Amino acid sequence: MSFIMILYYLITAYLAVLLIWNFVLEKKKVEELAQYLLVLIPLVLRILRIK
Amino acid sequence: MKRPGIVKAVLVLLFLVFLVQGGLRLYRHRHFEVPVVAGPGLTRVARLSDFGPGLKGTMADTPVYFLEGKEPGGKAILFSNTHANEPEGLLAVLLILENAVVDKGSLILIPQFNHSAGRNTRPGDGYPLYFEIPTDWGKKKFRMGNRDASPLDQWPDPDVYIHYPDRQLLSYIDARNANRTWPGRPDGPLMEKVTFAAMEIMRGQKVDIAIDIHGAETMFPVTNCIVAPDKSNRIATMAALTVKAKEGFDSHVEPSPTGFRGLSHREIGDFSETLPFLLEAPIPFLDQPTGPKTEKFLLDGKDPFLLSLAQKKKLFVPYDASGWPLEKRVGQHCSVILEILRQYSKKNPDRSILVRDIPRYAELAQNGVGHYFHDPSGVEKDKVLLD
Repeated sequence: MSFIMILYYLITAYLAVLLIWNFVLEKKKVEELAQYLLVLIPLVLRILRIK
Repeated sequence: MKRPGIVKAVLVLLFLVFLVQGGLRLYRHRHFEVPVVAGPGLTRVARLSDFGPGLKGTMADTPVYFLEGKEPGGKAILFSNTHANEPEGLLAVLLILENAVVDKGSLILIPQFNHSAGRNTRPGDGYPLYFEIPTDWGKKKFRMGNRDASPLDQWPDPDVYIHYPDRQLLSYIDARNANRTWPGRPDGPLMEKVTFAAMEIMRGQKVDIAIDIHGAETMFPVTNCIVAPDKSNRIATMAALTVKAKEGFDSHVEPSPTGFRGLSHREIGDFSETLPFLLEAPIPFLDQPTGPKTEKFLLDGKDPFLLSLAQKKKLFVPYDASGWPLEKRVGQHCSVILEILRQYSKKNPDRSILVRDIPRYAELAQNGVGHYFHDPSGVEKDKVLLD
């Protein structure tokens, strides 16, 4: 795996952590909770090297 | 929001269901192996990484099959799944692998040329993950791949792909397109390593003919044809005229553009002594204004929207209610390959390539593609190759 590819995985992981953190902090809007999780799916699939 | 804890727990549960359901199917697709029965002509199996060491251990490494005749002669290399969403090429090469006997010269087969793309998917366009074809012993299942290599194997994409060595600016996505990265380089992005390794085979083995097998949309002008540069034009023209006269189907000749870089039919000819050809058979499944991209549509090529467009003369191929079935597409490829080999052998008797037991257009149209695949459970284990 090239160095730049590793950097992109780190960026993906960082974005995933941000989404999870926002999901944890959100207390009012159900739609936003659902949106955080929907956006998280492709990021998790990439980190797990599935898609 | 009342009881946020419970709401969050329910949402996380749903998230996990989607993730596992979807992820598992994609994971299984990427690791699904297609059994292939070694035919009577197979003499040895190598890996593409044997010719381009940069591929070793990557998902782009792929088997290279050699069918060598007892009598020395010329050599031809066949690539399919350069674009892994054009399966007629793959099926044509696999049935050659399972059936062909080479009497003189050699055939080199790379059925999964873009191996990574063959394990990539296109769920966003509603592509099926697999397709099955009926055979005499049951159904044979294949992965449906994507046009480009998987981002899991080559990532990130550049903003613009700068072709090597011409520095022509191409679309960013073409960095993962194995028919834009010719002639490649040993230390470039993964797809350039793939094409470089193939060039090394052609240069090292002194290959006479290279045939890159594709499918193209019915609304795309470069379809149902043989694409050839000037140096291959004579043989391509003779092959096109012969299949039209003898077998009754059209496969006209398109000139390889000199100003569009990275294509197999351009760069193989410019960077080696090999004569390149690229075959296109119409694949309605790839057209945009169609109904759902179902497995049935992939196999029979029947679509009411394309039929309507054909009546308005908007397609580049004849199209009627019979569609453009898989057996016709594979049959065209087999006949054109055989005709190119025959025409080359006629002109170069000392480098001729004589093959037999490859079905032609009419036989495939009558018997279907599956008839020519052998049952992996009915042969010895060492005859079954997994790809």
